Amino acid sequence: MSGSFNQVCFRTVGLPNPASLKTYRSVGGYEVLKRIITEKIPAAEIIAEIKLSGLRGRGGAGFPTGLKWTFMPRNYDGEKYLVCNSDEGEPGTFKDRDILRYNPHQIIEGMAIGAYTMGVKTAYNYIHGEIWAEYEIFERALDEARVAGLLGDNILGTDFTFNLYAHHGYGAYICGEETALIESIEGKKGQPRFKPPFPATYGVFGKPSTINNTETFASVPYILQHGGQNFLDLGVANSGGTKLFSISGHVEKPCNVEVNMGMPFPELLALAGGVWKGRKLKAVIPGGSSVPVVPADIMMQCTMDYDSIVKVGGSMLGAGSVIVMDETTDMVKTLDRLSYFYYEESCGQCTPCREGTGWLWRVVRRIAEGKGRMEDLDLLTDVSNNISGRTICALGDAAATPVLSFIKHFRPEFEYYIEHGRSMLKA
Amino acid sequence: MLSKQAIAKIDRELSKYPADQRRAAVMSALRIAQVEHGWLSKEAIADVAAYLGIPDIAALEVASFYNMYELEAVGKYKLTVCTNISCMLRDAEGIVEHLEHKLGVHCGETTADGKFTLREGECMGACGGAPLLLINNHEMREFLTPEKVDVMLEELN
Repeated sequence: MSGSFNQVCFRTVGLPNPASLKTYRSVGGYEVLKRIITEKIPAAEIIAEIKLSGLRGRGGAGFPTGLKWTFMPRNYDGEKYLVCNSDEGEPGTFKDRDILRYNPHQIIEGMAIGAYTMGVKTAYNYIHGEIWAEYEIFERALDEARVAGLLGDNILGTDFTFNLYAHHGYGAYICGEETALIESIEGKKGQPRFKPPFPATYGVFGKPSTINNTETFASVPYILQHGGQNFLDLGVANSGGTKLFSISGHVEKPCNVEVNMGMPFPELLALAGGVWKGRKLKAVIPGGSSVPVVPADIMMQCTMDYDSIVKVGGSMLGAGSVIVMDETTDMVKTLDRLSYFYYEESCGQCTPCREGTGWLWRVVRRIAEGKGRMEDLDLLTDVSNNISGRTICALGDAAATPVLSFIKHFRPEFEYYIEHGRSMLKA
Repeated sequence: MLSKQAIAKIDRELSKYPADQRRAAVMSALRIAQVEHGWLSKEAIADVAAYLGIPDIAALEVASFYNMYELEAVGKYKLTVCTNISCMLRDAEGIVEHLEHKLGVHCGETTADGKFTLREGECMGACGGAPLLLINNHEMREFLTPEKVDVMLEELN
Protein backbone atom coordinates (compact mmCIF):
# COMPACT_ATOMS: atom_id res chain seq x y z
CA MET A 1 0.00 0.00 0.00
CA SER A 2 1.24 3.48 -0.81
CA GLY A 3 1.44 6.28 1.73
CA SER A 4 0.61 6.02 5.40
CA PHE A 5 -2.40 6.19 7.68
CA ASN A 6 -3.88 8.90 9.85
CA GLN A 7 -1.25 11.53 9.18
CA VAL A 8 -3.40 14.64 8.70
CA CYS A 9 -6.73 15.02 10.56
CA PHE A 10 -6.12 11.89 12.64
CA ARG A 11 -2.56 12.62 13.70
CA THR A 12 -3.42 12.41 17.42
CA VAL A 13 -5.38 9.15 17.06
CA GLY A 14 -3.78 6.42 19.14
CA LEU A 15 -1.93 8.81 21.47
CA PRO A 16 -2.93 9.08 25.15
CA ASN A 17 -5.66 11.69 25.79
CA PRO A 18 -5.79 12.47 22.07
CA ALA A 19 -8.28 15.34 22.46
CA SER A 20 -6.15 17.28 24.96
CA LEU A 21 -4.24 20.45 24.20
CA LYS A 22 -1.09 18.86 25.57
CA THR A 23 -1.30 15.98 23.13
CA TYR A 24 -2.10 18.28 20.22
CA ARG A 25 0.91 20.42 21.06
CA SER A 26 3.09 17.31 21.24
CA VAL A 27 2.50 16.77 17.51
CA GLY A 28 3.27 20.39 16.67
CA GLY A 29 -0.24 21.73 17.17
CA TYR A 30 -0.80 25.51 17.08
CA GLU A 31 2.76 26.09 15.78
CA VAL A 32 1.43 27.01 12.35
CA LEU A 33 -1.08 29.49 13.77
CA LYS A 34 1.64 31.01 15.92
CA ARG A 35 3.96 31.49 12.95
CA ILE A 36 1.21 32.96 10.78
CA ILE A 37 -0.02 35.52 13.28
CA THR A 38 3.37 36.53 14.69
CA GLU A 39 5.05 36.83 11.29
CA LYS A 40 1.86 38.37 9.85
CA ILE A 41 1.91 36.11 6.79
CA PRO A 42 -0.17 37.81 4.07
CA ALA A 43 -3.63 36.29 3.45
CA ALA A 44 -2.88 35.97 -0.26
CA GLU A 45 0.10 33.75 0.53
CA ILE A 46 -2.04 31.44 2.69
CA ILE A 47 -4.77 31.21 0.07
CA ALA A 48 -2.16 30.45 -2.63
CA GLU A 49 -0.88 27.56 -0.51
CA ILE A 50 -4.39 26.17 0.05
CA LYS A 51 -5.10 26.44 -3.68
CA LEU A 52 -1.84 24.65 -4.49
CA SER A 53 -2.76 21.82 -2.10
CA GLY A 54 -5.81 20.93 -4.16
CA LEU A 55 -7.92 20.77 -0.98
CA ARG A 56 -11.60 20.40 -1.86
CA GLY A 57 -14.60 20.65 0.45
CA ARG A 58 -14.79 17.42 2.43
CA GLY A 59 -18.47 17.75 3.32
CA GLY A 60 -19.47 16.17 0.05
CA ALA A 61 -19.56 18.87 -2.61
CA GLY A 62 -15.81 18.93 -3.26
CA PHE A 63 -15.65 22.66 -3.97
CA PRO A 64 -12.05 24.02 -4.02
CA THR A 65 -11.41 25.46 -0.54
CA GLY A 66 -8.82 28.05 -1.56
CA LEU A 67 -11.21 29.49 -4.12
CA LYS A 68 -14.06 29.59 -1.61
CA TRP A 69 -11.89 31.60 0.77
CA THR A 70 -11.44 34.30 -1.89
CA PHE A 71 -15.20 34.90 -2.05
CA MET A 72 -15.25 36.73 1.28
CA PRO A 73 -15.22 40.51 0.83
CA ARG A 74 -11.78 41.82 1.87
CA ASN A 75 -12.53 45.43 2.67
CA TYR A 76 -15.76 45.01 4.56
CA ASP A 77 -16.14 47.09 7.69
CA GLY A 78 -18.76 45.12 9.62
CA GLU A 79 -18.75 41.72 11.28
CA LYS A 80 -18.00 38.62 9.19
CA TYR A 81 -18.48 35.01 10.26
CA LEU A 82 -16.78 31.70 9.79
CA VAL A 83 -18.74 28.49 10.32
CA CYS A 84 -17.64 24.89 10.64
CA ASN A 85 -20.21 22.37 9.46
CA SER A 86 -20.04 19.41 11.87
CA ASP A 87 -23.71 18.59 11.32
CA GLU A 88 -22.90 15.16 10.05
CA GLY A 89 -26.18 13.38 9.35
CA GLU A 90 -25.77 11.90 5.89
CA PRO A 91 -26.43 8.18 6.39
CA GLY A 92 -23.11 6.34 6.33
CA THR A 93 -21.05 9.35 7.41
CA PHE A 94 -19.27 9.44 10.79
CA LYS A 95 -15.81 10.86 10.11
CA ASP A 96 -16.21 14.35 11.60
CA ARG A 97 -17.37 12.77 14.84
CA ASP A 98 -13.95 11.13 15.19
CA ILE A 99 -12.09 14.37 14.45
CA LEU A 100 -14.21 16.06 17.14
CA ARG A 101 -13.53 13.39 19.71
CA TYR A 102 -9.90 12.59 18.93
CA ASN A 103 -8.48 15.83 17.55
CA PRO A 104 -10.70 18.84 18.31
CA HIS A 105 -7.81 21.28 18.61
CA GLN A 106 -6.86 20.78 14.98
CA ILE A 107 -10.35 22.00 14.00
CA ILE A 108 -9.85 25.04 16.24
CA GLU A 109 -6.43 25.78 14.75
CA GLY A 110 -7.73 25.34 11.19
CA MET A 111 -10.63 27.68 11.88
CA ALA A 112 -8.35 30.26 13.51
CA ILE A 113 -6.11 30.23 10.42
CA GLY A 114 -9.18 30.60 8.21
CA ALA A 115 -10.43 33.48 10.34
CA TYR A 116 -7.06 35.25 10.16
CA THR A 117 -6.99 34.76 6.39
CA MET A 118 -10.50 36.10 5.80
CA GLY A 119 -10.47 38.83 8.44
CA VAL A 120 -13.07 37.16 10.67
CA LYS A 121 -13.35 37.65 14.43
CA THR A 122 -16.24 35.34 15.32
CA ALA A 123 -16.98 31.76 14.35
CA TYR A 124 -19.29 28.87 15.17
CA ASN A 125 -18.93 25.14 14.97
CA TYR A 126 -22.36 23.63 14.33
CA ILE A 127 -22.35 20.11 15.76
CA HIS A 128 -24.88 17.35 15.00
CA GLY A 129 -27.27 17.09 17.95
CA GLU A 130 -27.11 13.31 18.28
CA ILE A 131 -23.38 13.19 19.01
CA TRP A 132 -23.72 14.92 22.36
CA ALA A 133 -20.55 13.48 23.88
CA GLU A 134 -18.52 15.00 21.04
CA TYR A 135 -20.23 18.37 21.50
CA GLU A 136 -19.05 18.34 25.11
CA ILE A 137 -15.53 17.29 24.11
CA PHE A 138 -15.41 20.22 21.71
CA GLU A 139 -16.70 22.62 24.37
CA ARG A 140 -13.92 21.43 26.70
CA ALA A 141 -11.32 21.90 23.96
CA LEU A 142 -12.58 25.47 23.45
CA ASP A 143 -12.23 26.14 27.18
CA GLU A 144 -8.68 24.78 27.15
CA ALA A 145 -7.77 26.92 24.15
CA ARG A 146 -9.24 30.04 25.79
CA VAL A 147 -7.29 29.48 28.99
CA ALA A 148 -4.10 28.97 26.97
CA GLY A 149 -4.64 32.27 25.14
CA LEU A 150 -5.26 30.55 21.79
CA LEU A 151 -8.76 31.99 21.49
CA GLY A 152 -10.04 35.40 22.53
CA ASP A 153 -8.46 38.83 22.37
CA ASN A 154 -4.86 39.39 21.29
CA ILE A 155 -4.02 35.75 20.69
CA LEU A 156 -0.44 34.85 21.69
CA GLY A 157 0.28 38.52 22.30
CA THR A 158 -0.52 39.60 18.74
CA ASP A 159 -3.29 41.90 17.52
CA PHE A 160 -5.24 38.89 16.22
CA THR A 161 -8.59 38.45 17.99
CA PHE A 162 -10.74 35.41 17.36
CA ASN A 163 -13.71 33.93 19.24
CA LEU A 164 -15.09 30.50 18.48
CA TYR A 165 -18.27 28.94 19.88
CA ALA A 166 -20.02 25.59 19.64
CA HIS A 167 -23.66 25.51 18.49
CA HIS A 168 -25.57 22.24 18.54
CA GLY A 169 -28.26 20.91 16.25
CA TYR A 170 -31.17 18.91 17.64
CA GLY A 171 -32.29 16.45 15.03
CA ALA A 172 -32.63 17.77 11.48
CA TYR A 173 -30.69 16.27 8.56
CA ILE A 174 -31.42 19.34 6.45
CA CYS A 175 -29.22 21.54 8.65
CA GLY A 176 -26.17 19.97 6.98
CA GLU A 177 -27.15 22.15 4.00
CA GLU A 178 -25.18 25.33 4.58
CA THR A 179 -27.97 27.88 4.32
CA ALA A 180 -30.31 25.77 6.48
CA LEU A 181 -27.45 25.58 8.95
CA ILE A 182 -27.20 29.38 8.95
CA GLU A 183 -30.93 29.68 9.61
CA SER A 184 -30.52 27.21 12.46
CA ILE A 185 -27.67 29.20 14.03
CA GLU A 186 -29.99 32.19 13.93
CA GLY A 187 -32.52 30.20 15.98
CA LYS A 188 -34.94 29.36 13.19
CA LYS A 189 -36.31 26.27 11.47
CA GLY A 190 -33.63 24.80 9.24
CA GLN A 191 -35.08 25.70 5.87
CA PRO A 192 -32.55 26.39 3.09
CA ARG A 193 -32.33 29.85 1.59
CA PHE A 194 -32.55 30.77 -2.04
CA LYS A 195 -29.14 31.39 -3.56
CA PRO A 196 -28.04 33.98 -4.59
CA PRO A 197 -27.27 35.81 -2.42
CA PHE A 198 -24.58 33.33 -1.39
CA PRO A 199 -23.33 33.16 2.20
CA ALA A 200 -20.16 35.09 1.33
CA THR A 201 -22.46 38.05 0.73
CA TYR A 202 -25.38 37.31 3.05
CA GLY A 203 -24.72 34.64 5.66
CA VAL A 204 -25.01 34.36 9.45
CA PHE A 205 -27.07 37.27 10.85
CA GLY A 206 -27.07 38.66 7.31
CA LYS A 207 -23.30 39.15 7.32
CA PRO A 208 -20.64 37.79 4.93
CA SER A 209 -19.92 34.20 5.99
CA THR A 210 -17.89 31.21 4.91
CA ILE A 211 -18.85 27.65 5.77
CA ASN A 212 -16.45 24.73 5.52
CA ASN A 213 -16.65 21.13 6.64
CA THR A 214 -14.87 19.86 9.76
CA GLU A 215 -12.36 17.71 7.85
CA THR A 216 -11.63 20.62 5.54
CA PHE A 217 -10.69 22.90 8.43
CA ALA A 218 -8.71 20.14 10.12
CA SER A 219 -6.63 19.67 6.96
CA VAL A 220 -5.52 23.31 6.90
CA PRO A 221 -2.84 23.23 9.65
CA TYR A 222 -1.13 20.27 7.97
CA ILE A 223 -1.12 22.01 4.59
CA LEU A 224 0.44 25.17 5.98
CA GLN A 225 2.95 23.20 8.03
CA HIS A 226 4.18 20.97 5.21
CA GLY A 227 3.26 23.08 2.19
CA GLY A 228 0.53 22.81 -0.41
CA GLN A 229 2.70 20.75 -2.75
CA ASN A 230 3.31 18.13 -0.07
CA PHE A 231 -0.44 17.71 0.55
CA LEU A 232 -1.22 17.68 -3.17
CA ASP A 233 1.37 14.93 -3.73
CA LEU A 234 -0.30 12.69 -1.15
CA GLY A 235 -3.24 12.30 -3.51
CA VAL A 236 -3.84 11.97 -7.24
CA ALA A 237 -4.88 14.32 -10.05
CA ASN A 238 -7.86 16.54 -9.09
CA SER A 239 -7.93 14.89 -5.65
CA GLY A 240 -5.08 16.29 -3.61
CA GLY A 241 -4.19 15.02 -0.18
CA THR A 242 -5.67 12.48 2.13
CA LYS A 243 -9.30 11.62 2.84
CA LEU A 244 -11.16 10.15 5.75
CA PHE A 245 -13.32 7.24 4.71
CA SER A 246 -16.17 6.03 6.91
CA ILE A 247 -16.75 2.36 6.18
CA SER A 248 -20.01 0.89 7.48
CA GLY A 249 -22.50 -1.86 6.81
CA HIS A 250 -21.52 -5.42 5.94
CA VAL A 251 -17.80 -5.34 6.78
CA GLU A 252 -15.94 -7.18 9.53
CA LYS A 253 -14.67 -3.99 11.19
CA PRO A 254 -16.65 -0.81 10.49
CA CYS A 255 -14.23 2.09 10.93
CA ASN A 256 -12.86 5.42 9.86
CA VAL A 257 -9.52 5.44 8.09
CA GLU A 258 -7.50 8.34 6.75
CA VAL A 259 -5.63 7.34 3.62
CA ASN A 260 -4.15 8.93 0.53
CA MET A 261 -6.66 9.83 -2.16
CA GLY A 262 -6.62 7.35 -5.02
CA MET A 263 -6.43 4.15 -2.97
CA PRO A 264 -7.92 1.23 -4.91
CA PHE A 265 -11.30 0.32 -3.45
CA PRO A 266 -10.34 -3.34 -2.74
CA GLU A 267 -7.50 -2.08 -0.49
CA LEU A 268 -9.87 0.21 1.38
CA LEU A 269 -12.35 -2.64 1.83
CA ALA A 270 -9.55 -4.79 3.23
CA LEU A 271 -8.77 -2.10 5.84
CA ALA A 272 -12.28 -2.66 7.20
CA GLY A 273 -11.65 -6.40 7.36
CA GLY A 274 -13.40 -7.13 4.06
CA VAL A 275 -16.99 -8.21 3.57
CA TRP A 276 -18.23 -9.86 6.78
CA LYS A 277 -19.03 -13.51 7.38
CA GLY A 278 -17.05 -14.56 4.31
CA ARG A 279 -19.83 -13.37 2.05
CA LYS A 280 -19.62 -11.83 -1.41
CA LEU A 281 -19.89 -8.12 -2.11
CA LYS A 282 -23.12 -7.08 -3.79
CA ALA A 283 -23.02 -3.29 -3.94
CA VAL A 284 -21.49 -0.18 -2.40
CA ILE A 285 -22.79 3.33 -1.86
CA PRO A 286 -19.43 5.11 -2.00
CA GLY A 287 -20.20 8.62 -0.73
CA GLY A 288 -23.18 8.62 1.62
CA SER A 289 -26.81 7.69 0.98
CA SER A 290 -27.40 10.54 -1.47
CA VAL A 291 -25.02 9.27 -4.16
CA PRO A 292 -25.79 6.51 -6.68
CA VAL A 293 -25.31 2.89 -5.59
CA VAL A 294 -22.54 1.03 -7.45
CA PRO A 295 -22.66 -2.74 -8.19
CA ALA A 296 -19.75 -4.77 -6.82
CA ASP A 297 -17.96 -5.56 -10.10
CA ILE A 298 -17.81 -1.86 -11.03
CA MET A 299 -16.87 -0.74 -7.52
CA MET A 300 -13.93 -3.15 -7.36
CA GLN A 301 -12.41 -1.30 -10.35
CA CYS A 302 -12.64 2.14 -8.73
CA THR A 303 -9.98 4.08 -6.91
CA MET A 304 -11.08 6.31 -4.03
CA ASP A 305 -10.84 9.79 -5.52
CA TYR A 306 -13.26 12.31 -7.00
CA ASP A 307 -12.64 11.44 -10.68
CA SER A 308 -12.60 7.65 -10.52
CA ILE A 309 -15.85 7.36 -8.57
CA VAL A 310 -17.54 9.55 -11.19
CA LYS A 311 -15.95 8.20 -14.36
CA VAL A 312 -15.58 4.51 -13.49
CA GLY A 313 -18.25 4.14 -10.83
CA GLY A 314 -20.93 6.46 -12.19
CA SER A 315 -21.39 7.81 -8.68
CA MET A 316 -19.77 10.41 -6.44
CA LEU A 317 -17.15 10.43 -3.69
CA GLY A 318 -19.40 12.67 -1.56
CA ALA A 319 -18.19 12.73 2.03
CA GLY A 320 -16.26 9.46 1.62
CA SER A 321 -19.00 7.47 3.32
CA VAL A 322 -18.66 3.92 2.08
CA ILE A 323 -21.74 1.77 2.78
CA VAL A 324 -21.02 -1.88 2.03
CA MET A 325 -23.76 -4.37 1.15
CA ASP A 326 -23.25 -8.12 0.94
CA GLU A 327 -24.98 -10.67 -1.30
CA THR A 328 -27.88 -11.15 1.13
CA THR A 329 -28.97 -7.49 0.96
CA ASP A 330 -32.56 -6.93 -0.13
CA MET A 331 -32.25 -3.90 -2.39
CA VAL A 332 -35.98 -3.17 -2.36
CA LYS A 333 -36.15 -3.03 1.42
CA THR A 334 -32.94 -0.99 1.55
CA LEU A 335 -34.40 1.55 -0.86
CA ASP A 336 -37.63 1.56 1.14
CA ARG A 337 -35.66 2.66 4.24
CA LEU A 338 -33.69 5.31 2.37
CA SER A 339 -36.80 6.73 0.72
CA TYR A 340 -38.52 6.98 4.09
CA PHE A 341 -35.52 8.94 5.39
CA TYR A 342 -35.76 11.63 2.71
CA TYR A 343 -39.53 11.87 3.16
CA GLU A 344 -39.08 12.25 6.93
CA GLU A 345 -36.31 14.85 6.58
CA SER A 346 -37.71 17.01 3.78
CA CYS A 347 -38.10 20.47 5.30
CA GLY A 348 -41.39 20.96 3.48
CA GLN A 349 -40.52 24.20 1.80
CA CYS A 350 -40.57 23.15 -1.88
CA THR A 351 -43.59 21.31 -3.26
CA PRO A 352 -41.70 18.85 -5.53
CA CYS A 353 -39.63 17.63 -2.55
CA ARG A 354 -42.33 17.78 0.15
CA GLU A 355 -44.87 15.90 -1.97
CA GLY A 356 -42.45 13.95 -4.15
CA THR A 357 -40.42 12.34 -1.36
CA GLY A 358 -43.60 10.99 0.24
CA TRP A 359 -44.86 9.76 -3.12
CA LEU A 360 -41.57 7.96 -3.84
CA TRP A 361 -41.61 6.31 -0.43
CA ARG A 362 -45.23 5.17 -0.69
CA VAL A 363 -44.61 3.54 -4.07
CA VAL A 364 -41.38 1.83 -2.94
CA ARG A 365 -43.15 0.67 0.23
CA ARG A 366 -46.00 -0.74 -1.88
CA ILE A 367 -43.48 -2.79 -3.89
CA ALA A 368 -41.70 -3.97 -0.72
CA GLU A 369 -45.06 -5.07 0.70
CA GLY A 370 -45.69 -7.17 -2.40
CA LYS A 371 -48.43 -4.91 -3.72
CA GLY A 372 -46.48 -3.23 -6.49
CA ARG A 373 -47.44 -2.91 -10.14
CA MET A 374 -45.04 -3.13 -13.06
CA GLU A 375 -45.84 0.45 -14.08
CA ASP A 376 -44.62 1.60 -10.64
CA LEU A 377 -41.02 1.39 -11.87
CA ASP A 378 -41.68 3.96 -14.59
CA LEU A 379 -43.70 6.01 -12.12
CA LEU A 380 -40.76 6.10 -9.69
CA THR A 381 -38.43 7.19 -12.48
CA ASP A 382 -40.88 9.87 -13.60
CA VAL A 383 -41.45 11.28 -10.09
CA SER A 384 -37.68 11.23 -9.40
CA ASN A 385 -36.92 13.11 -12.61
CA ASN A 386 -39.56 15.69 -11.75
CA ILE A 387 -38.09 16.36 -8.30
CA SER A 388 -34.49 16.67 -9.51
CA GLY A 389 -33.40 20.21 -10.20
CA ARG A 390 -36.72 21.71 -9.14
CA THR A 391 -36.02 22.50 -5.50
CA ILE A 392 -34.14 25.16 -3.54
CA CYS A 393 -31.58 22.74 -2.14
CA ALA A 394 -30.10 19.37 -3.02
CA LEU A 395 -32.29 17.25 -0.72
CA GLY A 396 -34.76 16.71 -3.55
CA ASP A 397 -32.03 15.40 -5.85
CA ALA A 398 -30.65 13.36 -2.96
CA ALA A 399 -34.03 11.63 -2.57
CA ALA A 400 -34.28 10.91 -6.28
CA THR A 401 -30.75 9.54 -6.71
CA PRO A 402 -31.07 6.29 -4.71
CA VAL A 403 -34.41 5.53 -6.38
CA LEU A 404 -33.02 5.97 -9.89
CA SER A 405 -29.76 4.13 -9.23
CA PHE A 406 -31.26 1.20 -7.31
CA ILE A 407 -33.78 0.60 -10.10
CA LYS A 408 -31.13 1.06 -12.79
CA HIS A 409 -28.73 -1.50 -11.33
CA PHE A 410 -31.09 -3.91 -9.59
CA ARG A 411 -34.24 -3.79 -11.72
CA PRO A 412 -34.75 -7.58 -11.77
CA GLU A 413 -35.07 -7.55 -7.95
CA PHE A 414 -37.81 -4.94 -8.14
CA GLU A 415 -39.56 -6.82 -10.97
CA TYR A 416 -39.43 -10.07 -8.99
CA TYR A 417 -41.04 -8.38 -5.99
CA ILE A 418 -43.81 -7.06 -8.23
CA GLU A 419 -44.40 -10.40 -9.97
CA HIS A 420 -44.14 -12.70 -6.95
CA GLY A 421 -44.93 -10.42 -4.03
CA ARG A 422 -41.67 -11.34 -2.30
CA SER A 423 -37.91 -11.07 -2.57
CA MET A 424 -36.02 -13.17 -5.10
CA LEU A 425 -33.35 -13.67 -2.41
CA LYS A 426 -35.67 -15.99 -0.50
CA ALA A 427 -36.79 -17.84 -3.63
CA MET B 1 -40.99 28.58 35.21
CA LEU B 2 -37.34 28.25 34.29
CA SER B 3 -35.20 27.42 37.30
CA LYS B 4 -32.26 29.57 38.36
CA GLN B 5 -29.90 26.86 37.17
CA ALA B 6 -31.61 26.75 33.79
CA ILE B 7 -31.37 30.52 33.42
CA ALA B 8 -27.67 30.44 34.28
CA LYS B 9 -27.14 27.83 31.57
CA ILE B 10 -29.17 29.81 29.04
CA ASP B 11 -27.16 32.94 29.86
CA ARG B 12 -23.97 31.06 29.09
CA GLU B 13 -25.43 30.13 25.68
CA LEU B 14 -26.55 33.72 25.07
CA SER B 15 -22.96 34.89 25.54
CA LYS B 16 -22.06 33.06 22.32
CA TYR B 17 -24.11 35.40 20.14
CA PRO B 18 -24.31 39.14 19.50
CA ALA B 19 -26.38 40.94 22.15
CA ASP B 20 -29.11 41.76 19.61
CA GLN B 21 -29.43 38.12 18.49
CA ARG B 22 -30.97 36.47 21.55
CA ARG B 23 -33.10 34.27 19.31
CA ALA B 24 -29.92 32.37 18.30
CA ALA B 25 -29.91 30.73 21.74
CA VAL B 26 -33.38 29.22 21.33
CA MET B 27 -32.20 25.73 20.40
CA SER B 28 -29.98 25.52 23.48
CA ALA B 29 -32.60 27.12 25.71
CA LEU B 30 -35.26 24.64 24.61
CA ARG B 31 -32.82 21.78 25.15
CA ILE B 32 -32.02 23.07 28.65
CA ALA B 33 -35.72 23.39 29.50
CA GLN B 34 -36.40 19.90 28.15
CA VAL B 35 -33.60 18.33 30.20
CA GLU B 36 -35.13 19.98 33.28
CA HIS B 37 -38.76 18.97 32.68
CA GLY B 38 -38.37 15.82 30.57
CA TRP B 39 -40.39 17.37 27.72
CA LEU B 40 -41.56 20.75 26.45
CA SER B 41 -45.02 21.86 27.50
CA LYS B 42 -46.64 24.92 25.90
CA GLU B 43 -45.81 26.75 29.14
CA ALA B 44 -42.15 25.75 29.06
CA ILE B 45 -41.88 26.91 25.46
CA ALA B 46 -43.55 30.20 26.36
CA ASP B 47 -41.13 30.66 29.28
CA VAL B 48 -38.16 30.16 26.96
CA ALA B 49 -39.64 32.57 24.42
CA ALA B 50 -40.32 35.20 27.10
CA TYR B 51 -36.78 34.94 28.45
CA LEU B 52 -35.28 35.38 24.99
CA GLY B 53 -37.73 38.13 24.07
CA ILE B 54 -39.11 36.35 21.01
CA PRO B 55 -42.74 35.45 20.11
CA ASP B 56 -43.99 32.13 21.52
CA ILE B 57 -44.60 30.91 17.99
CA ALA B 58 -40.93 31.43 17.08
CA ALA B 59 -39.90 29.07 19.86
CA LEU B 60 -42.71 26.61 19.11
CA GLU B 61 -41.80 26.34 15.44
CA VAL B 62 -38.23 25.45 16.40
CA ALA B 63 -39.43 22.95 19.01
CA SER B 64 -41.69 21.30 16.45
CA PHE B 65 -39.18 21.31 13.57
CA TYR B 66 -36.25 19.54 15.22
CA ASN B 67 -37.04 15.97 16.13
CA MET B 68 -35.11 15.66 19.41
CA TYR B 69 -37.56 17.99 21.17
CA GLU B 70 -40.58 16.37 22.79
CA LEU B 71 -43.89 18.22 22.67
CA GLU B 72 -45.67 15.57 24.73
CA ALA B 73 -44.62 13.80 27.91
CA VAL B 74 -42.30 10.85 27.39
CA GLY B 75 -41.07 8.12 29.71
CA LYS B 76 -38.24 8.62 32.15
CA TYR B 77 -35.96 7.03 29.58
CA LYS B 78 -36.52 7.74 25.90
CA LEU B 79 -34.75 5.11 23.82
CA THR B 80 -34.24 6.16 20.20
CA VAL B 81 -32.95 3.37 17.99
CA CYS B 82 -31.35 4.36 14.69
CA THR B 83 -32.80 2.22 11.89
CA ASN B 84 -31.22 4.03 8.94
CA ILE B 85 -29.22 2.17 6.32
CA SER B 86 -25.92 1.39 8.08
CA CYS B 87 -27.76 0.30 11.24
CA MET B 88 -30.38 -1.57 9.20
CA LEU B 89 -27.61 -3.56 7.50
CA ARG B 90 -26.43 -4.67 10.95
CA ASP B 91 -29.88 -5.71 12.16
CA ALA B 92 -31.25 -2.64 13.90
CA GLU B 93 -34.64 -4.22 13.19
CA GLY B 94 -33.71 -7.10 15.50
CA ILE B 95 -32.81 -4.60 18.24
CA VAL B 96 -36.14 -2.80 17.82
CA GLU B 97 -38.04 -6.11 17.93
CA HIS B 98 -36.13 -7.18 21.02
CA LEU B 99 -36.92 -3.89 22.78
CA GLU B 100 -40.58 -4.06 21.76
CA HIS B 101 -40.77 -7.58 23.15
CA LYS B 102 -38.95 -6.76 26.40
CA LEU B 103 -40.84 -3.53 27.05
CA GLY B 104 -44.20 -4.70 25.76
CA VAL B 105 -44.70 -1.59 23.64
CA HIS B 106 -44.43 -0.66 19.99
CA CYS B 107 -42.17 2.06 18.64
CA GLY B 108 -43.62 5.45 19.51
CA GLU B 109 -45.23 4.18 22.72
CA THR B 110 -44.44 4.53 26.43
CA THR B 111 -44.56 1.69 28.96
CA ALA B 112 -47.51 1.70 31.38
CA ASP B 113 -45.22 2.50 34.32
CA GLY B 114 -43.98 5.61 32.49
CA LYS B 115 -40.43 4.40 32.55
CA PHE B 116 -39.56 3.84 28.89
CA THR B 117 -40.52 5.44 25.61
CA LEU B 118 -39.35 3.60 22.49
CA ARG B 119 -38.57 5.43 19.25
CA GLU B 120 -37.06 4.84 15.85
CA GLY B 121 -34.61 7.53 14.83
CA GLU B 122 -32.80 8.82 11.78
CA CYS B 123 -29.05 8.76 11.15
CA MET B 124 -27.11 9.80 14.23
CA GLY B 125 -23.76 10.17 12.50
CA ALA B 126 -22.17 7.24 14.30
CA CYS B 127 -22.71 4.46 11.73
CA GLY B 128 -19.42 2.74 12.63
CA GLY B 129 -21.02 1.73 15.94
CA ALA B 130 -24.14 0.22 14.37
CA PRO B 131 -26.58 -0.83 15.60
CA LEU B 132 -26.97 1.90 18.20
CA LEU B 133 -29.43 3.92 20.24
CA LEU B 134 -29.66 7.12 22.23
CA ILE B 135 -30.87 7.33 25.83
CA ASN B 136 -32.61 10.67 26.44
CA ASN B 137 -30.94 12.26 23.40
CA HIS B 138 -27.50 12.56 24.99
CA GLU B 139 -26.15 9.14 25.86
CA MET B 140 -25.22 6.85 23.00
CA ARG B 141 -24.96 3.06 23.23
CA GLU B 142 -23.23 1.39 20.32
CA PHE B 143 -22.49 -2.10 18.92
CA LEU B 144 -25.80 -3.32 20.35
CA THR B 145 -26.77 -6.96 20.69
CA PRO B 146 -29.93 -8.30 22.37
CA GLU B 147 -27.70 -9.27 25.35
CA LYS B 148 -26.29 -5.75 25.65
CA VAL B 149 -29.83 -4.35 25.47
CA ASP B 150 -30.84 -6.60 28.37
CA VAL B 151 -27.91 -5.39 30.47
CA MET B 152 -28.78 -1.77 29.65
CA LEU B 153 -32.43 -2.24 30.61
CA GLU B 154 -31.46 -3.78 33.93
CA GLU B 155 -29.10 -0.92 34.60
CA LEU B 156 -31.86 1.63 33.88
CA ASN B 157 -34.39 -0.29 35.95
